[in-house]
Amino acid sequence: MPINYYIFLSLALFAIGIVGVLIRRNAIIVFMCIEIMLNAANLLLVAFSKMHHLQQAATQASAGTDGQIFVFFIMVVAAAEVSVGLAIIVMMFRNVHSIDINFLNRLKH
Amino acid sequence: MSITQILFWFLSVLALFSALMVITSKNPVYSVLWLILVFFAISGHYLLLNAQFLAIVNIIVYAGAIMVLFLFVIMLMNLNKSNEPQKNKWLKLAAALAGGCLLLVLVAALKNAETKSAIAESGTGDIGLIGNLGKALFNDYVVPFEISSILFLSAMVGAVVLGKKEASSHPSGEEA
Amino acid sequence: MQNVLQIVWLVPFFPLIGFLIVGLFRKQLSKTLTAIIGCGMVLLPFLLSIWIFILVKNGGGYVADYFNFISAGSLKVSFALQVDALSALFLLIVTGVSFIIHVYSTTYMKEETKEHYGRFFSYMNLFVFSMILLVMGANFIIMFIGWEGVGLCSYLLIGYWFKNKEYNKAADKAFIFNRIGDLGFLIALFWIISKAGSVSFEDVFSKTSVFSSSDITIITLLLFVGATGKSAQIPLYTWLPDAMAGPTPVSALIHAATMVTAGVYMIARSNALYSLAPVTENIIAIVGLATAILAATIALKQNDIKKVLAYSTVSQLGYMFLALGVGAYSTGVFHVMTHAFFKALLFLAAGSVIHAMGGEQDIRKMGGLKGKMKITYLTFLFGCIAISGIPPFSGFFSKDAILLAAFEHNKILYAIALFGALLTAFYMFRLLFLAFNGSFRGTEEQQHHLHESPAGMTIPLIILAILAFAGGFVGIPEILMKGGDKLTEFLSPVIPVHSVELVSHSTEMMLMVISTVLVLLVIVFAWYRFRKYHSVEEKGIGKFLENKWYVDELYEKVIANPVNRFAAFLNKFIEKSLIDGIVNGVGRLVNYGSRQVRLLQSGQVGNYVLLMVLSMLLIFVIQFFLRK
Repeated sequence: MPINYYIFLSLALFAIGIVGVLIRRNAIIVFMCIEIMLNAANLLLVAFSKMHHLQQAATQASAGTDGQIFVFFIMVVAAAEVSVGLAIIVMMFRNVHSIDINFLNRLKH
Repeated sequence: MSITQILFWFLSVLALFSALMVITSKNPVYSVLWLILVFFAISGHYLLLNAQFLAIVNIIVYAGAIMVLFLFVIMLMNLNKSNEPQKNKWLKLAAALAGGCLLLVLVAALKNAETKSAIAESGTGDIGLIGNLGKALFNDYVVPFEISSILFLSAMVGAVVLGKKEASSHPSGEEA
Repeated sequence: MQNVLQIVWLVPFFPLIGFLIVGLFRKQLSKTLTAIIGCGMVLLPFLLSIWIFILVKNGGGYVADYFNFISAGSLKVSFALQVDALSALFLLIVTGVSFIIHVYSTTYMKEETKEHYGRFFSYMNLFVFSMILLVMGANFIIMFIGWEGVGLCSYLLIGYWFKNKEYNKAADKAFIFNRIGDLGFLIALFWIISKAGSVSFEDVFSKTSVFSSSDITIITLLLFVGATGKSAQIPLYTWLPDAMAGPTPVSALIHAATMVTAGVYMIARSNALYSLAPVTENIIAIVGLATAILAATIALKQNDIKKVLAYSTVSQLGYMFLALGVGAYSTGVFHVMTHAFFKALLFLAAGSVIHAMGGEQDIRKMGGLKGKMKITYLTFLFGCIAISGIPPFSGFFSKDAILLAAFEHNKILYAIALFGALLTAFYMFRLLFLAFNGSFRGTEEQQHHLHESPAGMTIPLIILAILAFAGGFVGIPEILMKGGDKLTEFLSPVIPVHSVELVSHSTEMMLMVISTVLVLLVIVFAWYRFRKYHSVEEKGIGKFLENKWYVDELYEKVIANPVNRFAAFLNKFIEKSLIDGIVNGVGRLVNYGSRQVRLLQSGQVGNYVLLMVLSMLLIFVIQFFLRK
C-alpha cells in the first residue's frame, strides 16, 4: 500500500483522538484518547521506517531500525505516563469524588 | 486485490471504527474494550509492515498492561455507570469542528506526498525481528535505554507517592 | 594681561555662587547673613570690574576662551567671555548700580520673612549673574543665555509677591513680551550661523562681507525685534510699566542697571552690522523717537509714582534707541550710564517714599513730604534735574549729545526729540511737586507714620545722587572742554568714532542753550501748575493719556482675545474631544479588551485544549498554505 494511505489513516486516528479529548469530560476517557494519538504517531513511524528500509536496503541493511526503536521508546514513555496519570486520577477522585476534568480549574488562580 | 490489501483495508476500518466508539461510548468500560480493539488493529498493521516485535510488544504492553490498569482504575472507583456530565452542545460542536478542520488541513497539506507503492508487503525486510532490533537497541541506543529505566523508576515512585493516603494534616490533595 | 584676565570668569561666578547659597539655604541662613552674602557677591564682581576697567583702559580687549560649549558639525561655540571697553563699562554700571540697589534692598525688604528674604536675594543675584553673562559673552550664544536669564529673573522678581494674582499676570506679561522679542533674536542668531558659520563677535563683525545687504538688514531688524522686547520699545513696551508689580528695588534693578539696557548693549555691540544697514538704523531711530514721545505723553497723566517713573524709563530708552538709530552708539551707551544712575536714584527714592507712606503709591494722596523727608526730597530733586537735562547734571550731557546727534541726522527728528525732552522735564517736576510740595493729602494715620527712611536706604540714595550729578563729566562735549569726551575715546576700540563735524560749534552751542532755557521754562510752568494740587476729572485727551493711549486694550482686543478664543476652541474641540477621546478611547479599549480576554483564562482544562488545537490549526494553515 502506498505511504499516503498510512499517513491518512494516522491523521484520522489522531484527529479522532483530539476530538475525543475535546468533547469528553471524563478524565479516563481523555487519557485513552491520548493513547490513541500516541498510537497514531507510532503507526506512522513504523510505516516510514518500512518505507525507508525499502529505499535504502540495497546500501544499508539495517536502514529503518531507528524508527522502530523510537516506537519502542514511545511505548516506554506512554507506560510511564499512564501509571503516573492514573495515580493522579485516583487521587483526584479520592479528593473530589469525581473525575470530571472541569473540576480541575485551579489553573485560573 | 491481494490479501495484503484486503487486510489493510479491513484493519484500517476496524481501527477507525473502534476509535470512534472509544470516544462515543457512554460507559468507560466499553471505551476501554474498544480501545483494546484499536490496539489489536494497529498491531495487525505492524505485522503487515514487517514489524513483528513491535506488534507483539504493542499487544503485551498496551492491551495487556496499560488497558488492564485502566480497567482496574475504573472498576476500583466504580465509574462504570454512565454518569458523566455532558459538555455544552455548542462546545462539543466547536470541538468536533476544530478536530475536523485539523484533519482537513493536514490531509490537504500532505496529500501530495511522495507515493511509494507497496510498502506494506509481507516478507520484505527483516529489521522488525527481535534479533535485529535488539542489536540496535543494545549497541546504538543503550544509553537511552538505561535512561528509560530511570524514567520508569521515577514514574513508579511518583505513582506510589500520589497513590498513598494523605496524612490528615494535609487535607488538600490536588496540589500533590 | 592675558594671563591676568583668565580669571574674569570670577565676575559672573560670584553672583552665581551667591544665588546658589542664598537660594538653597534660605531657610537656614539668618537675614543678616543672607544680606551679607547677597551684597558681597555683587560687591566682589564690582571690585573686579573696576580692576578690569583699569586694565582695559590701559589697552585693548581680551577674549577668555574657557571650553567648547557646543560642537555641532562645522559649528563650534566656545564658552568664552570677552573683556573690552564696552563690556568693561557695562560691567561697571551693572555691578556698581546693582550693588547699591542690593544694599538698599537689605533695608527695604527687612519686613519679609527669612525664607522670602533669601528668595529675594537669590533672585537678585541670579539677575546680576545673567546680566554679567550677557555683557561679557564673547559670542551671541553666551549673550543669549544671559539674555534669557534676565528674562527669567524679571519674571521671578516681578512675580515676587506671587500670592497676588495681578502681580502674577504682570509677571506673565513681562515674560511673554520678552519671549516675542527673544524669538526675533533667536531667528537672527540662526541666520547669522547659517551665513557666517560662527557666532563669535570677533568672527561675525570682522567678516561682514559674507552677508549680503539684504541679509544684514534682516538680521539687524530681527535683532532689533529682540531689543524691543527686552528694552521695552514700541510695540512691545507695555510689559515694563506693569513690571512695577515687583518690589521697588526690583524695579530699580530692571530699569536702571539690568534688563532694559540689554537691548541697547546688544545693538551697540553689533554696531559693525548696524552701520551697514541704513534702513534698520532709520527704523530704529523712528521707533525710538516714537516710543520716547508716546511714553512721555502717557507719563504726563499717570498718578502712580512708580508708573510715572516706568513710562519715563520707556521714554528714556526711546532716546537711547534714537541715538543708536542715528549712528551715535557711544552716545547711546553714555545715556545708558547716566540713566542708570538717575533712574536708580529716582526709583530708590520713590521706594523710600512708598516705604514712608506705608505702601501708598498714588501721588494724589501724597504732598508736602518735603518737610518730613529731607534727604529723600533732595535726592529725588537731583534725579529730576538730572533727567530733565539741566547743566551740569549728568542727564544734560548725555541727552544733549543725543539731541545733537539727531540734529546732525535730521532736523525734524531733533525738533520732536526736543519736544519729548520738554515733556520729560514737565512730568518729572509734576511728580516732584505733587509728591513733595503742597499739603499732605493722605490719611491721618499715614501722616503720623511719615518718617525719613533709615540710613540703609538713604546712604545709597546719596551715593546715587552724587553719581547722578557727576556721572556726566566723563562725556563733556568738545566745545565746552577740550578732550572732555573721555567716554567716546574710551569706547573707540569697540565703537569707531565718526568724527566728521556736521554742525558748527556756534550752532551746537546755540542748541544747548535753547534746550536748557526751554527746559527751565517748562519747569517753571510745572511749578506754577502743580504747586497747589486740585483734583480734576480727566476728560478728552487727558483721559486718553491717562489710559495710556488704550494700547493695552488694543492689544487685548486685537491679539489676546483672538488667541484666547482660538485656544478655547482648541481646548474644547481638539483637546477635549479629539485628543482626550483618542487617549481615553485607547485606555477604554484596552480595558474592555482585557476584560474579554480574561474570560479565556477560565481554568477549564478543556478550554485550554481547545485553544491549543485551534492554535495548532492556525500554525499549520500558516505553515502549509500561507507561507509561500
